[in-house]
Amino acid sequence: MSNTNPNHLETAMNTATSLCQAVGHSILSFFQSIGKMAIFVGTASGKTLTPPYYPKLMLRQFIDIGYYSLPVVGMTALFTGMVLALQSYTGFTRFNAEGAIAGVVALSVTRELAPVLAGLMVAGRVGASIAAEIGTMRVTEQIDALVTLSVNPFKYLIAPRVIAGTLMLPLLVLVGDIIGIYGGYIVSIYNLDFSAGNYISQTWDILEKMDVISGLVKAGVFGFIVSMMGCYHGFNSGRGAQGVGTATTYAVVSASILILIFNYILTQVFFS
Amino acid sequence: MNIPKIELNNVKKSFGEKHVLSGIDLDVGTGESMVIIGGSGTGKSVTLKCILGLIHPDSGSIKIDGNEVTNLESRGRDELMGKFGMLFQGGALFDSMKVWENVAFGLIQGKKMDRDSAHAIAIEKLKQVGLTAQTGDLFPAELSGGMQKRVSLARAIATHPEIIFFDEPTTGLDPIMADVINNLIVDCVKDLGATALTITHDMASARKIADHVAMIHEGRIIWTGPVGELYDSGNSYVEQFIHGRADGPITKHANFRA
Repeated sequence: MSNTNPNHLETAMNTATSLCQAVGHSILSFFQSIGKMAIFVGTASGKTLTPPYYPKLMLRQFIDIGYYSLPVVGMTALFTGMVLALQSYTGFTRFNAEGAIAGVVALSVTRELAPVLAGLMVAGRVGASIAAEIGTMRVTEQIDALVTLSVNPFKYLIAPRVIAGTLMLPLLVLVGDIIGIYGGYIVSIYNLDFSAGNYISQTWDILEKMDVISGLVKAGVFGFIVSMMGCYHGFNSGRGAQGVGTATTYAVVSASILILIFNYILTQVFFS
Repeated sequence: MNIPKIELNNVKKSFGEKHVLSGIDLDVGTGESMVIIGGSGTGKSVTLKCILGLIHPDSGSIKIDGNEVTNLESRGRDELMGKFGMLFQGGALFDSMKVWENVAFGLIQGKKMDRDSAHAIAIEKLKQVGLTAQTGDLFPAELSGGMQKRVSLARAIATHPEIIFFDEPTTGLDPIMADVINNLIVDCVKDLGATALTITHDMASARKIADHVAMIHEGRIIWTGPVGELYDSGNSYVEQFIHGRADGPITKHANFRA
């Protein structure tokens, strides 16, 4: 009898210690990976701004990231604008406020939905492909080969992608803004029987320069996040096919979450 | 006394708890062909990557031409890389580029040569490793393993490096192709007058390529000497390794025996 109590106590203590150890370990490794990421972003940004530049590679990334994302971003914006008009009509008729639909569509699309949804779609399309490509290059020692051939992988691989991501996403979002508002217009005119002239003039009246600009700045930040996360996780990819798979997942997930976090922060900065 | 081309002093490297290099000492003379032999996981690749600067050693000194290189910043590192050529185990060819662009890569990007002259040199190097000019217009994925190794060799020698590293050059090749690659390595190194450092566990390859041999075991160089003395080294570890015996001092401590 007297023996069991201390034993129980010891087991409980051990469990508690190992629990604390596990918690401490994961907290430490969390901060470690944030630090590692920050160093990577710092190095990559520095190398991006200094020569040599690779204009040809950059052009290819402009086309890959910008041009080929147009259909995805366009479709997303179109249907978002359309559903927005439909939904707000259902809600606003209850207050006899149908006249606000044009404004609601324009503001939500330019300030919020076009940048965030385009960012998330591009994270899936571009972030994943960057991580997979650079990750495969890491795994097959192609990045090491670059180094031995006197080419800095940050400048050759990462800089063109980050520059293209940061510059192309605002352009995509600008196109998305127009298509999204047009989506709302189509539904309002052909489905809800609004007058075309009224709808357009209401949109113009309510929309301010800052609404569009804030959305484009957001898009630039999101483009930076997506391309940087793709590069970071690809560059630090683990071994083998599994390593590349994990890197791709992390790239998309971390980019998506960071987009949502920075969306809140930027909104706070712009409109408070 | 001559300054060694490559000089390693007490180089150590650990990954977490695992001590991979526990004090490597190695000298490679100018124009010498040094082969490091040793089992898998003994630190051969890590040693090579430390010299190349792809991995940063925890402590110790690495000198190239008598100059310390462990603390070089990126620009000095890029310049130093101009002296190096490397044949990677898997070839590490850039799969998005044609074969000739792979060979010419170091010339175009590293040495800023114009594409036409680089193309001419690339074709010449491809011929030197026994490939036709037509091969230059293919993509690496269209080539067999042996051909990829040859292209990789051509890429490694294209920039006229002073030091060439070979990471398991014959692994994954049939014995005949392995011998072809060995001959090419010997010819290319002689042709360039370069210093060569090879890591391998293929004894046929080691005998053919080496002037000097060093044996690595548990992160230390345990024997080094001219290739002629390899078969009467009097070292039981070396004896076991070169004869490929399952029983001996290497496996005794490691519980390898099934």
